[in-house]
Amino acid sequence: MSVPSVPPEPTSSVEPAEPLISEAAVNAAVDAALAAIAAADTTAALRLVRSEHAGESSPLSKLNALMRSVPGKEKAAAGKLVGQARGAVTKALTAREDEIGSAEAAARLLAETVDVTAAASTWKAGARHPVSLLSERAADVFVAMGWEVAEGPELESEWFNFDGLNFDEDHPARAMQDTFFVEPTDAHLVLRTQTSPVQLRALLSRELPVYVVAPGRVFRTDELDATHTPVFHQIEGIAIDKGLTMANLRGTLDHFVRALFGPEAKVRLRPNYFPFTEPSAELDVWHPTFKDGARWIEWGGCGMVHANVLRAAGIDPEVYSGFAFGVGVERAVMFRNDVKDMHDMVEGDIRFSQQYGMTV
Amino acid sequence: MRVPLSWLGEFVDLAPGTTPEDVHAALVSVGLEEEDIHRFQVSGPIVVGEVLEFVGEEQTNGKTINWCQVRVAPGDELAADGGPAIHGIICGAHNFAVGDKVVVTLPGASLPGPFPIAARKTYGHVSDGMIASARELGLGDEHDGILLLASLGLDAPVGTDAIALLGLDDSAVEINVTPDRGYAFSIRGVAREYSHATGVPFRDPALALTVIAPVTRFPVTIDDRAPIRNRTGASVFVTRVVRGVDPTRATPAWMIARLGLVGIRSISLVVDVTNYVMFELGQPLHGYDLDKLAGGIIVRRATSGEKFTTLDAVTRTLNIEDLLITDESGPIGLAGVMGGASTEISAQTVNVLVEAANFDPVSIARSARRHKLPSEASKRFERGVDPRVAAVAAARVVQLLVDLAGGVADDLGSVYDEAPAPQPILLPTGFVSGLIGLAYTGDEVRDALVDVGASLVEADGDLQVTPPSWRPDLTDKWTLAEEVARIVGYDRIPSVLPVAPPGRGLTRTQTLRRTIAQTLAATGHTEVLTYPFVSERANNLFGVAVSPAPVSAGASMADAASAVPISVPQIKVANPLDGEAPFLRTSMLPGMLQIAHRNRSRGLVDVAIYEQGLVFRPEAGVKYGTAELPAGAARPSAEAEAALNAGIVPQPLLVGIVLVGNEVRHQPGLAAVATGWQSALAAAQQVALATGVRIEVRQGQHPAMHPGRTAELFVTVSDSSVSGSSVSGSSVSGSSVSAATVSVGFAGELLPTVADDYDLPAVVAVAEINLALVFAQADGDLTVTPIRTMPAATQDLSLVVSVSVPAAALRAVVAEGAGDLLETIDLVDDYRGAGVELGQKSLTFALRFRGEERTLTAAEASTARLSGVALAADRFGAALRE
Repeated sequence: MSVPSVPPEPTSSVEPAEPLISEAAVNAAVDAALAAIAAADTTAALRLVRSEHAGESSPLSKLNALMRSVPGKEKAAAGKLVGQARGAVTKALTAREDEIGSAEAAARLLAETVDVTAAASTWKAGARHPVSLLSERAADVFVAMGWEVAEGPELESEWFNFDGLNFDEDHPARAMQDTFFVEPTDAHLVLRTQTSPVQLRALLSRELPVYVVAPGRVFRTDELDATHTPVFHQIEGIAIDKGLTMANLRGTLDHFVRALFGPEAKVRLRPNYFPFTEPSAELDVWHPTFKDGARWIEWGGCGMVHANVLRAAGIDPEVYSGFAFGVGVERAVMFRNDVKDMHDMVEGDIRFSQQYGMTV
Repeated sequence: MRVPLSWLGEFVDLAPGTTPEDVHAALVSVGLEEEDIHRFQVSGPIVVGEVLEFVGEEQTNGKTINWCQVRVAPGDELAADGGPAIHGIICGAHNFAVGDKVVVTLPGASLPGPFPIAARKTYGHVSDGMIASARELGLGDEHDGILLLASLGLDAPVGTDAIALLGLDDSAVEINVTPDRGYAFSIRGVAREYSHATGVPFRDPALALTVIAPVTRFPVTIDDRAPIRNRTGASVFVTRVVRGVDPTRATPAWMIARLGLVGIRSISLVVDVTNYVMFELGQPLHGYDLDKLAGGIIVRRATSGEKFTTLDAVTRTLNIEDLLITDESGPIGLAGVMGGASTEISAQTVNVLVEAANFDPVSIARSARRHKLPSEASKRFERGVDPRVAAVAAARVVQLLVDLAGGVADDLGSVYDEAPAPQPILLPTGFVSGLIGLAYTGDEVRDALVDVGASLVEADGDLQVTPPSWRPDLTDKWTLAEEVARIVGYDRIPSVLPVAPPGRGLTRTQTLRRTIAQTLAATGHTEVLTYPFVSERANNLFGVAVSPAPVSAGASMADAASAVPISVPQIKVANPLDGEAPFLRTSMLPGMLQIAHRNRSRGLVDVAIYEQGLVFRPEAGVKYGTAELPAGAARPSAEAEAALNAGIVPQPLLVGIVLVGNEVRHQPGLAAVATGWQSALAAAQQVALATGVRIEVRQGQHPAMHPGRTAELFVTVSDSSVSGSSVSGSSVSGSSVSAATVSVGFAGELLPTVADDYDLPAVVAVAEINLALVFAQADGDLTVTPIRTMPAATQDLSLVVSVSVPAAALRAVVAEGAGDLLETIDLVDDYRGAGVELGQKSLTFALRFRGEERTLTAAEASTARLSGVALAADRFGAALRE
């Protein structure tokens, strides 16, 4: 750091040729200050420079202090000289301060660089089960059409699961169902084998017309294997109104599969038999992106609600008609996402659901 | 039902080259779903050979094998395998003689197994092929010796392709027959459907037979004094007699092959013929040895406790609902299910009585189920057999026994026929189009119905439709509509989206359930779906709340160190899959703990799972269900409907949460945070947040849980005078403990012994909340507190109280005392130790005060704070710790 030159001490001797505050002295002080400012390269060094060259005991301050002794007629010129000098030094100081500040801030940020790929997290990943998510998505398709979502008990009266759905006591289909009965069996309670009892409950409890879907858990005495599970999920729908037709059933299913699987999805109906519908149909679905290629996949059953089911709900089948359908949710997850083994769906291994995260 | 193509081709013309896949595709379009394809697994050069000579050579093991010279091609021609006309073949059988025609599998052939045939060195010779037994060819079980063509009544020139000769080139399609289509359990019925599907003409075999009525009456009495559901057990009973059957005659190869393809083993010619005709026409038949019958036949119900020995040599105790075929000796058959041993067709039978009856479906179904004897016959009767085909089928059996067994049709027989004629159904014009949504022409409707065999009468433009005798399922206009839609084709039905009336969207409960699921997943929990089947012990441990008791040190804590299950009312599955877990869960937790263990056993040590689901919680002493069920097809009376609903076991919706391992794992610059009771409480509060219902935490007790680390969770029961409640953990509003509350669940840690039972580490955090109870308070009827915008004044407060005072209670009292100016109060420290007496603790709260309309002075805030201190001192003896 250069040593600032010190202006000569004012003397009381009369030497008119030499003004009290000489331009040379001011310039020397300014030059020294500017050199010191330029040389400062840290905030701390600059603070020292500020003190030495702009502080109270700096040469410029001392020159300024002489202003009191400057004769009146010279005051203006001297004031201007010193004022400009101090302004120049202050400006240089501010500029240098900004410069150093920016550089130091940049250096500090650089020093704070981390490996963003090594972030620690107090947050952990959770996940929904795809069966739940797909059930909700399916329900939402119908809710968007004005349908409502209905629910019912899983441990159900045989009347709702069978008799009311046109399975009479000796109906071959009733023996066909692999039903879980509970003790005592003469109390006629079963784990529902389908979500259809919810349809019947909806018809009994709601005002016509009825458009409802019933997603839910159902039970059959199938041992768990790669494609079967004794506890699985269905989503069923029923619509009862005046003048509903099988064409309306197809229209609803077409819309449903397109909304759920994509605009290219197609539905095929094949004749089949169910006690609670007449006519009845098997529901096949097709989509070009299904795993193992574009193909028809058997997905569920459907048909026009049987007159005896309407009668069981106190509805006159000569006045009202309607359709119903039911599909398996696990099955849809399997063919949609290429799940090859039912075990993955029911074992609760968190790695399975975590592949889905929060969406299906 | 399996359908051999050659058999099907007798009644409909199959285009040349028709494959099983083609037939499947056709049948599926009319509702007969494909199941499988069956073939004889034989291929390659398999030919008729003639034994020219053979030499018996005794082996060191004492057996004699034959070194045979077999001609397999005529003259000097090459054999089918390219080898010489005469092959040397080793044969271990001894049932043949020089000059016998046999089936020779030449090198390159393949038999079922698969079992490839090659020339191979054995017993000192090169055996250039094999002489086959019936079993080796897949033609039944006969393996006592090689198959002699003569035994099948066959002769063919040497070198003839034996695969075609024996019918082994046939294949069968297997289809699934739905319960309404019993007629499709016959080649006749399937051929009709094939005709519907393809348009090729159908030749009804039932019309091709001349049914000659017997002239002498064989005595048959139908004496059903206890009809089931007012239906007589037998509506048709036809008997025919064939005499002089030659018991040595063999079943022809083509019949064995077809029976093999449909899954029936060849037994004897007479039995094979009755089985064959059953498959052909759908009519179950039974043959009796006429000479073993004692007098006429009486069809009646069994008497209570009556015994009968069926063909399988099992003596069965009968039920009064069982329908019996009897003669003077007693029961000779369980109608439609299985015959008896005493009148069975045997190798000595020469005179045969053929029975073709029509039995009541319900009666047969119940008997078959009762005696666990499902059979080809019962399967058909259960689904309904064409009553008009009985006499035809009997005539067909007679014809085959005459043609194949050398029998003579006798004029002895009987025809009992009381089957009701099908009733006409009125089909109003336009009904089908209106139901299906497709404008069918009158011709389309009429043609379809005629196609399926119905007869039509036009009446005022409407149709009177009389269904055919084989379609008992056609009972009303809806069933007729299905036939029209099916025959014209379901693919013709248009797609028309119906417009539903405006809906109300998801219910509040449905929305809350989703919000809970999303919230728990978003806060690090993984959703699982467990089976609801548990052990009784698990229910007794987890399915009960004990009344909350304060934690006290010493003896009671020691008592609580191991779980003491209490007997909990629960539902038992009558036919469980897993005998270890036959009960329905009363709690979500047991199943979830198993899942947690499974994850850990797979190396996933940090597990946070949740499940929302129903539990089954019967109340003690309540009888659920109903003894009687209302009939179907009519709305139950209001009383009956109420009884059904009252009989439903309470099934509330719960959410369970199980946490094991670390909540936060060890990471760079971050130490691991182990899960524990606080994690369980946090999860419970996440549920509260999702529902908008405030959950209050109190010290609690649960038989499966840590006695000192268990919280019982409460919600305030809504009261019209109390408006809304805030869910902010630190908010003061709604924190009053004095309102009525209801317990909704628990959160905390399991007893270490219980955790150990599930092979889990000592610390397992769990929470279970009855959402049904929470949702009942989630009315969404919130009144918002105006937001105060004046500057806040914050002060801390440390109070010394007995350790027995719950922090929440102290907090509530301070809040109550501090009054309206207090905005929030948060517990920031719980200090015990130096400076605080033993048995005391110092709780520090951060208080934030705010005025409604102006900035509070420090003095105002301090006054409010001291009011809180004063009340705390009053209620709990709290002392200010400066």
